[in-house]
Amino acid sequence: MKKITTPLDLKQIKSLKAGEQLLLSGTIYTARDQAHKRLTAAIKKRKKLPFKISDAVIYYCGPTQTPKGRVIGACGPTTSSRMDEFAPLLLAKGLRGMIGKGSRSLALKQAIKKHKGIYFVTYAGCGALLSKYVKRVKTLAYGDLGPEAVLKLEVENFPLIVAIDVNGGDVYGQD
Amino acid sequence: MRALKAVKINQAASELVKQANFSLRQDVLAALRKAWQGEKNKRAKNILKAILDNAAYAQKESLAICQDTGMPVVFAQVGQDLKILGNLTEAINQGISAGYRKYSLRNSIVADPLARGRSSFSPAVVHTEIVRGNKLKLTLLPKGFGCENKSQLKMFKPTAGLNEIKQFIIEAVKAAGPDACPPYVVGVGIGGTADYAGLLAKKALLKKINIKRKPSMPGTVPALERELLAKINNLKIGPMGLGGNTTVLAVNILTYPTHIAGLPVSVNISCHALRSAEIIL
Repeated sequence: MKKITTPLDLKQIKSLKAGEQLLLSGTIYTARDQAHKRLTAAIKKRKKLPFKISDAVIYYCGPTQTPKGRVIGACGPTTSSRMDEFAPLLLAKGLRGMIGKGSRSLALKQAIKKHKGIYFVTYAGCGALLSKYVKRVKTLAYGDLGPEAVLKLEVENFPLIVAIDVNGGDVYGQD
Repeated sequence: MRALKAVKINQAASELVKQANFSLRQDVLAALRKAWQGEKNKRAKNILKAILDNAAYAQKESLAICQDTGMPVVFAQVGQDLKILGNLTEAINQGISAGYRKYSLRNSIVADPLARGRSSFSPAVVHTEIVRGNKLKLTLLPKGFGCENKSQLKMFKPTAGLNEIKQFIIEAVKAAGPDACPPYVVGVGIGGTADYAGLLAKKALLKKINIKRKPSMPGTVPALERELLAKINNLKIGPMGLGGNTTVLAVNILTYPTHIAGLPVSVNISCHALRSAEIIL
């Protein structure tokens, strides 16, 4: 199976096609609803973001609390479409990849094409299984948001399926 | 009159939290296994395998099946000959909170739906019903919100045809599409009032999935469930919405008498991680 690593430069993803399966290793950042609201506000106020957004990968995920002796709890993807209104601005600022579940809006797909981004899905509702691929976790920002905080995850061979490729090819077939 | 101390309810609620979140229901597991065996689409089969592996891993490692450990929904059936020593709802919420904390689940509940703010483990949505007897039956359904967000209600005219109702249910699943973790279990409530149809749809998710069911008399609820199951699976949404024969594991319908002027129909979809547990005290 094809492997990709972060930082996710254009070279690694430009030939990937919707439907392809891959394994991702490197650093990804969790962010969901409230974190997206804050990231957007920070960009609009020209404030510094909690991580370098250029060639970064965001994972739409809010894990459970961490059980004793484990790196992370269950940590599967949440529904991506709720982030559709925020993601185009992040893509414009250099965000390369998004990981979540389900389909995206037409506007988001156009933003992906325009800024050469990519959208992946991973095993939905399989949060226990996906925790195996996370090797290290650090809280980066917005700790007050609890499960919605921005976490830095180091992952190894995290399983992905390309859902929307750089050319706007969509596995959900809504071209 | 039998007496039951609230602390027992508290402990039982914590135990239900563990059972429901770590161990997938046996009927759901059986339906997933059957779907996996029968799935022809290779990618769909792989995804169903991952779902089964996930359930096994969660059970073995005492991990949540899904990080969305839900809004806890509790059904409390209280025997009318039972005297509870303490506060029932408080005991349930304390037990839920303690269980979610103890088992490192997710604090997904915001106290104020508008202001949002910091999240915690409770309160649960508690539905209390007075029944015969001197026992207390508690059922916990941790309901994930990816699928809860796809709920629908339609107030049909009393003259509406059955086909319109079928179409509404099918369209509700289509609208959920790939977003809410298919294969789904579809809960449907028909009759009562707007609020009651919604409750029935949620309760329908607790109905045991029977994968060995024989064909039923046309015009009956079981026949309608079977017909909808086949029709929805023909949509080929499939696991993760990536195609395949398995879009729904079951369609469960509950009905109740209604008014001559109306026909409420509510749909409550569950993701494949349909979790619930019950206990009788």
